[in-house]
Amino acid sequence: MSYLGKTGFWAGLCLSLGLSGTAGAAEVNLYTTREPGLIRPLLEAYAAKSGVKVNTVFVEKGLAERVAAEGARSAADVVMTVDIGNLIELVDRDLAQPVRSPVLEAAVPAPLRDADGRWFTLSMRARVLYADKGLTDLKAATYESLADPSWKGKICLRSGQHPYNTALISAFLVRHGAEKTEAWLRGVKANFARKAAGGDRDVARDIAADLCEVGLANSYYVGLMRSGRGGPDQQKWGEAIKVVLPIFEGGGTHVNVSGAVVAKNAPNRDEAVKLLEYLVSDEAQALYAKTDYEYPVKAGATIDPLLASLGTLTFDPTPLVEIARNRKAASLLLDKVGFDN
Amino acid sequence: MFPRRPTVKAAPRAGADAPNAVSGLDVAKVTRRFGRTLALDDVSLSLGPGEILAVLGASGCGKSTLLRLIAGLDVADSGEIAVGDRRVAGRGCHEPPETRGVGLMFQDYALFPHLTVLANVRFGLAHLPGAEARRVAEERLAQVGLAHRADSYPGTLSGGEAQRVALARALAPRPRVLLLDEPFSNLDAGTREHVRADTLAVLRRDGIGAILVTHDSAEAIAFADRIALMHRGRVVQCDSPERLYDAPRSPFAARALGDIIEIPGQAVDGLVTTALGPLPRPASMPDGAVRVCLRPEAIRLGPVGEGVTATVLGRAFAGAHLRLDLVVAGRDAPLRLHVPPEAAPGDRVGIHLLPARAYIFAETPPGERISTI
Amino acid sequence: MRETMSAARGLGWVGAAALAALLLSPVISLGLSASEGGGELWPHLAAYVLPQAIRDTALLLAGVGLLVIGLGTGAAWLVSAFDFPGRRLLDAALLLPLAMPTYVVAYAYLDLMHPLGPLQTGLRGLLGLASPRDLPLPDLRSLPGCIGLLGFVLYPYVYLPTRALFLMRAGTLLEAARMLGAGPWRTFLRVALPLARPAVALGTGLALMEALNDVGAAEFLGVRTLTVQVYATWVNRSDLPGAAQIALVMLTCVVALVGLERLARGGRGYAGNARRDAASARRRLNGWRAGAALALGAAPVAFGFLLPAGHLAFEAWRRIGGHGLPDALASQTLNTILYASVATGVTVVIGLLVAATPYLLGARAGRMLIRAAGLGYAMPGTVLAVGLLGPLALLDSGLFEVGIATALVGLGTGGALVIAYALRFLTVTVGASEAGLARIPRAIPDAARVLGRSRLATLTTIQLPLAWPAVLSGALLAFVDIAKELPVTLLLRPLNVETLSTHLYGEAARGTYEDGAAAALLIVVIGLVPVTLLLRLDRDAVLRRGERL
Repeated sequence: MSYLGKTGFWAGLCLSLGLSGTAGAAEVNLYTTREPGLIRPLLEAYAAKSGVKVNTVFVEKGLAERVAAEGARSAADVVMTVDIGNLIELVDRDLAQPVRSPVLEAAVPAPLRDADGRWFTLSMRARVLYADKGLTDLKAATYESLADPSWKGKICLRSGQHPYNTALISAFLVRHGAEKTEAWLRGVKANFARKAAGGDRDVARDIAADLCEVGLANSYYVGLMRSGRGGPDQQKWGEAIKVVLPIFEGGGTHVNVSGAVVAKNAPNRDEAVKLLEYLVSDEAQALYAKTDYEYPVKAGATIDPLLASLGTLTFDPTPLVEIARNRKAASLLLDKVGFDN
Repeated sequence: MFPRRPTVKAAPRAGADAPNAVSGLDVAKVTRRFGRTLALDDVSLSLGPGEILAVLGASGCGKSTLLRLIAGLDVADSGEIAVGDRRVAGRGCHEPPETRGVGLMFQDYALFPHLTVLANVRFGLAHLPGAEARRVAEERLAQVGLAHRADSYPGTLSGGEAQRVALARALAPRPRVLLLDEPFSNLDAGTREHVRADTLAVLRRDGIGAILVTHDSAEAIAFADRIALMHRGRVVQCDSPERLYDAPRSPFAARALGDIIEIPGQAVDGLVTTALGPLPRPASMPDGAVRVCLRPEAIRLGPVGEGVTATVLGRAFAGAHLRLDLVVAGRDAPLRLHVPPEAAPGDRVGIHLLPARAYIFAETPPGERISTI
Repeated sequence: MRETMSAARGLGWVGAAALAALLLSPVISLGLSASEGGGELWPHLAAYVLPQAIRDTALLLAGVGLLVIGLGTGAAWLVSAFDFPGRRLLDAALLLPLAMPTYVVAYAYLDLMHPLGPLQTGLRGLLGLASPRDLPLPDLRSLPGCIGLLGFVLYPYVYLPTRALFLMRAGTLLEAARMLGAGPWRTFLRVALPLARPAVALGTGLALMEALNDVGAAEFLGVRTLTVQVYATWVNRSDLPGAAQIALVMLTCVVALVGLERLARGGRGYAGNARRDAASARRRLNGWRAGAALALGAAPVAFGFLLPAGHLAFEAWRRIGGHGLPDALASQTLNTILYASVATGVTVVIGLLVAATPYLLGARAGRMLIRAAGLGYAMPGTVLAVGLLGPLALLDSGLFEVGIATALVGLGTGGALVIAYALRFLTVTVGASEAGLARIPRAIPDAARVLGRSRLATLTTIQLPLAWPAVLSGALLAFVDIAKELPVTLLLRPLNVETLSTHLYGEAARGTYEDGAAAALLIVVIGLVPVTLLLRLDRDAVLRRGERL
């Protein structure tokens, strides 16, 4: 190895190990629990447009703990998470800072952001019903009706302790109280065709395999499967189901959200706000819909045709904050009825 | 994290510049416990310059522990050890083995399997410049007749060769004292004899003091100027081989250096009476039961009528000698002796005892520590 | 009476104390977290969670334990005691499942075994059945399914040390047993297995900790272990104190069980030296027996590796055909190799020093340090990583206070990740080094001391070269483990750093794990290199040691 080669190697090593800091062009650091594949197109578009370098790290469990531990010298500018519970946790742990931005306030409807600007919803996904194509009479399906004994042996679900399901159950809890929720959970569990396991796509797969007839899953998986982006097998699963937007009795369809906060100790605060403002722009909101089959938060933004074909979404009005506040109770209730056992 | 060399003040290697340096070893009141076992119990020894001392004892008597303490591989609970005029252990001081100037040869030689024979011998010469170290190592190797195996690996050596390499390695740094832990026990009988002689010759020529640990009394007698006899963590007796043989201070010591025929006796008046006849009574011996330990050569056979009469029970050919089993009145077990081939079963012979090789001890169990004579 | 304290030994003690503090820091940090909560979680757990979670966890561990012992020792004996065509290939192939992350195997198996998967579809085709309803087979998503899957992936942890032991001892054993009229299988059950107990215990311990701390596969297959409960408590309820409490109780149980095993085993460790290669005594098999042996040995490879990897390869091939290779794959591969190499180096050096502590600083200090080194492996990876956040932050602010650092130098840098890897897998390198050092007769280092070398010099010039093969085998194992490690990497890596395993997980988490198939295969390939080296090394080392010692 030549001298230069050696130096290059060690320099590369140091860089890669993060031992040397770099400064230069405008940067913004994004910590996210959203999978890189989902947000990369957005970030690349932003970088191309603004010339700002977006540094990202995809962290799943423990993101809040990491930002908290990094403390005052944390590099985090924007912290992006899925699930309202995780967003509120960042606020509760004093890891977010209030942001006043006319752009954000105009784009994001008030129920989908904090009044003090400490968190903002960026996109939404509906918790929808996947059903066997042969099933009719599902037009006015409700979440409540899944406990009906007529579904015995016909429901497939992923773990109740997955944040998507926990949030739904939390919303149920807010609407109906603990007693009714417990009875409902017992009813749904009694209808299981198999153990609560796997992921959301497995609901479609198991319906396609005749293991069950209905199940709850996120809306964007329909798009991912049917578009063929997940491969020919998944396309078959997507085609094998029909999708119904269920509602709470007297309410709407439950959505879970992805959102972001500006970190309390953001070193590049202004860049952080600019990134958030970009993410709610028409362009970014359309990208959300196009690449991820998510519902945009901005009124009037284009919805992907695949998503539009599912029907008109009526949001459930249960306040997001309430859902976040009750998710612990929902999780404990799941244990109590042995939902996942 | 650690410096390469120990930072304790390195003592000059003994005799690095004076081949026949006057040096010795003193072990004073050393005790070592392992849990509840008392491995060494108040042991004291000294080694004169150039002297060769054998530590003789059965396995488990503490002799290897003693070596490890002297070498610095283990730490005593109390007592002191000095090499030459320098205290190396005791009263809060424990000099590590690498600076003690003590050589040690292990029972299974402990040659470093990943180093060549020459590198093994050179290993202890790190304090010398490279060329010098190499020269000394080659010299040592030549001295034990193994110059031609310099580049071999230990795994390819025979037992005798490995022993000689180990000797060369241990001697190369010119230790003040060489400790040898059963160094010949892994050799077959034929090799052992001449390897032992060669080793002794090297030590004598260089005037190196040595402690040889062994369980073989013949080896101790052949090798050592003095023998320290150990039993259960204690030094029972320490004397020249002749004296230990001729004047054991306990039945244990008597048994240690050669065959013994033990018979009970009674000390009365001026005599000690036994089933094999009377012996003169030692001056200090009180009245009462005694134990008489006889070397085989203390028993003389003669014609019937002289001394005690015995009957030949059986005989067996044993090379130059005949092994006889004799029945004697007053003694249950037959008496077994080696004699020139003259007797036949049924013959009757007379026995008398020679006092010079008969050792008399008061019968006070366990009796091992009571010295008579 | 103590050995006179030299500066070197003083430094050694300071180093050991610092290392002990580092090893214990995640546990202390978790303890502090746990103490922030009250005990209000426990009535709930006792009433609704623990009965089921403890039962399922115990069954899972018992099942996986039996399976890995059966597969691991059986395979090790097969390749040590018999000779048949393909044996050497099998010898290598049996290690392959090591390179597969368990959750990826779980995904692949569900694809394969699902009613819509190729196996059941093919079977229905054969039987002429139209609907999966006509052929109801047991679901993989169950406790037995999880046991089988983990067993077939984790058995190499038992196979590797047991095989090494058999390779050294099998020759003598087989000959002795043959003289007494015992056949190879009777020798296996009556002699080899009891003799291999330390190796089997070591390997089974590692495999069971993997199984216990696994969360990906268990969660995916719907098995609610205690570890899954830790995550539910933490993530879904934002109850870090509660989660830390459960994790610490589990850790205490693991440490107690390991201690009991050590106690039951007494002082018996890897004893004895190789004097005879197994090759000389292997029983040659021919004809159908050879075929049967090969089939028997190939089964774990097929289930633990070939089937899932084959499926991945097929999927990867379909993807590459469709989208081409992802651009970032090269940098992810480089990152994976870079981090795994650096972290392996650090882990090996620390592991060696820890394993050598009994020689450097005395038996008691050594024992304590070696126990502490096992802690990182005895808890789930994410729990370790979270436990490390506090201590790393402390380190950062310490450095900041004294003015060395102006930005974060611990948290959020590769340094943190390397430290975390080292803590997680230290037990692997410590165990290997310990075994390697223990095999050297005590007289050898003693001889070096008497010949004028300090403890440290003895370690580097004599003990290390002799223990090298064992140390290196530990290094390679650690490398594979680090290359496929996920939870610690995910939480602690710096900005803009993706490794193959984080990329794969990112794809898996959004339900497109087939897109990560190429990454998964690259992890396997990276893992294969050391695995192959491991085997060659083992064989050479055994032969060489047989000749020299």
